[in-house]
Amino acid sequence: MEILYQNLLAFDRYDLIMIAIGCLLVYLAIAKEMEPSLLLPMGFGTILVNIPFSDALVGPIQELYHAGIANELFPLLLFIGIGAMIDFGPLLSNPKLMLFGAAAQFGIFFTLCMASIFFPDFRDFFSIAIIGAADGPTSIAVANKLGSQYVGAITVAAYSYMALVPVIQPPVIKLLTTKKERLIRMPYEQKSVSKLTRILFPIIITIVASAIIPQATALIGFLMFGNLIRECGVLESLSGTAQNVLANLITIFLGISVAFNMTADKFLQLDTLLIMGLGLIAFIVDTAGGVLFAKLLNLFSKKKVNPMIGAAGISAFPMSGRIVHKMAQEEDPQNFLLMHSIGVNVSGQIASVIAGGIILNIAAKLMGG
Amino acid sequence: MNFLTNTAVNLEFNPMAFIDNLKYMGVGMLVIFVVIGIIILATKLVNYLFSE
Repeated sequence: MEILYQNLLAFDRYDLIMIAIGCLLVYLAIAKEMEPSLLLPMGFGTILVNIPFSDALVGPIQELYHAGIANELFPLLLFIGIGAMIDFGPLLSNPKLMLFGAAAQFGIFFTLCMASIFFPDFRDFFSIAIIGAADGPTSIAVANKLGSQYVGAITVAAYSYMALVPVIQPPVIKLLTTKKERLIRMPYEQKSVSKLTRILFPIIITIVASAIIPQATALIGFLMFGNLIRECGVLESLSGTAQNVLANLITIFLGISVAFNMTADKFLQLDTLLIMGLGLIAFIVDTAGGVLFAKLLNLFSKKKVNPMIGAAGISAFPMSGRIVHKMAQEEDPQNFLLMHSIGVNVSGQIASVIAGGIILNIAAKLMGG
Repeated sequence: MNFLTNTAVNLEFNPMAFIDNLKYMGVGMLVIFVVIGIIILATKLVNYLFSE
């Protein structure tokens, strides 16, 4: 009998709060369908690691963490799957769309400055800034590579806000655009893209980005490797595996092993609340950056763009692209922005990875590496 | 675990840090536009050379 109540008495209020947070993540994943593939394993993992004397923490979860997150392997492998899922066709038809992807990374660097006000260690405020990449694997890889103590909080913030993109983006877009601007139509001109172009594109991006920012080589390289498998035309089976089996398997391992950092002593801090707030700022400023850049271009361009497509430059793919299209349809059912917004959205994926490399590059110089 | 003590150790409030780190914002956005600009040019070139 003694063994029963001794173990039960080992629970303190912080363990119970963390278990409640784990249950909340599971609830949001199932009931609200918020990034369920990641929030559910992360939530359940949170429950596992916060049970006193849990053999899951110092055991399988710790082993998985060191096998796949501490060495950035899981996020990179997931990038192969993501690369295999992305069709760069709309972007190749109109490469200028990539400018919006670049502009929408403004939130990362703005948040870097904001976070530096509260977090003295540059490894922490650089890592927090990367929440603005709106891309879970990039956030995990960068925060982990920099050795930030806030990997858990950063991961939760990144994935939570990615799931909340339909709530965060529309009010910001409406606030920054007039009805007249939202009604701007952008006829889509279908341009054929040759197979050779589709094959060369991932190779060129890898070489260009890696040559300028070597710290981005792994991130961009694995993403583009996945895309090359998709586009080469001779690896249909591998492409299918990367898009489905590999991506699903890694997502399960990634989610549950991120929970290694979700123990009360690491997570239950005011710092975490602050990181969640800064993450929200990052997403808002990303959106604003893209929209305002589109408005700026309109000042100098004869062919006006609908500034809403700038908002799709954040990496949350494909949700952000779809939201912009939906907003345009609500204003004018005959306005079809989907191909443009998806083109901008995939450019955001590329730009966010490059931004991650830039952050790592600057950090390496600060560390003297 | 001590919630408040840990927080006090890790956090500070230094508004001047925002100004000090603006240089990273400038460098970061400049580099990202340069890299994306080169990729756009390369993509246009490939499109031009290998269009169907």
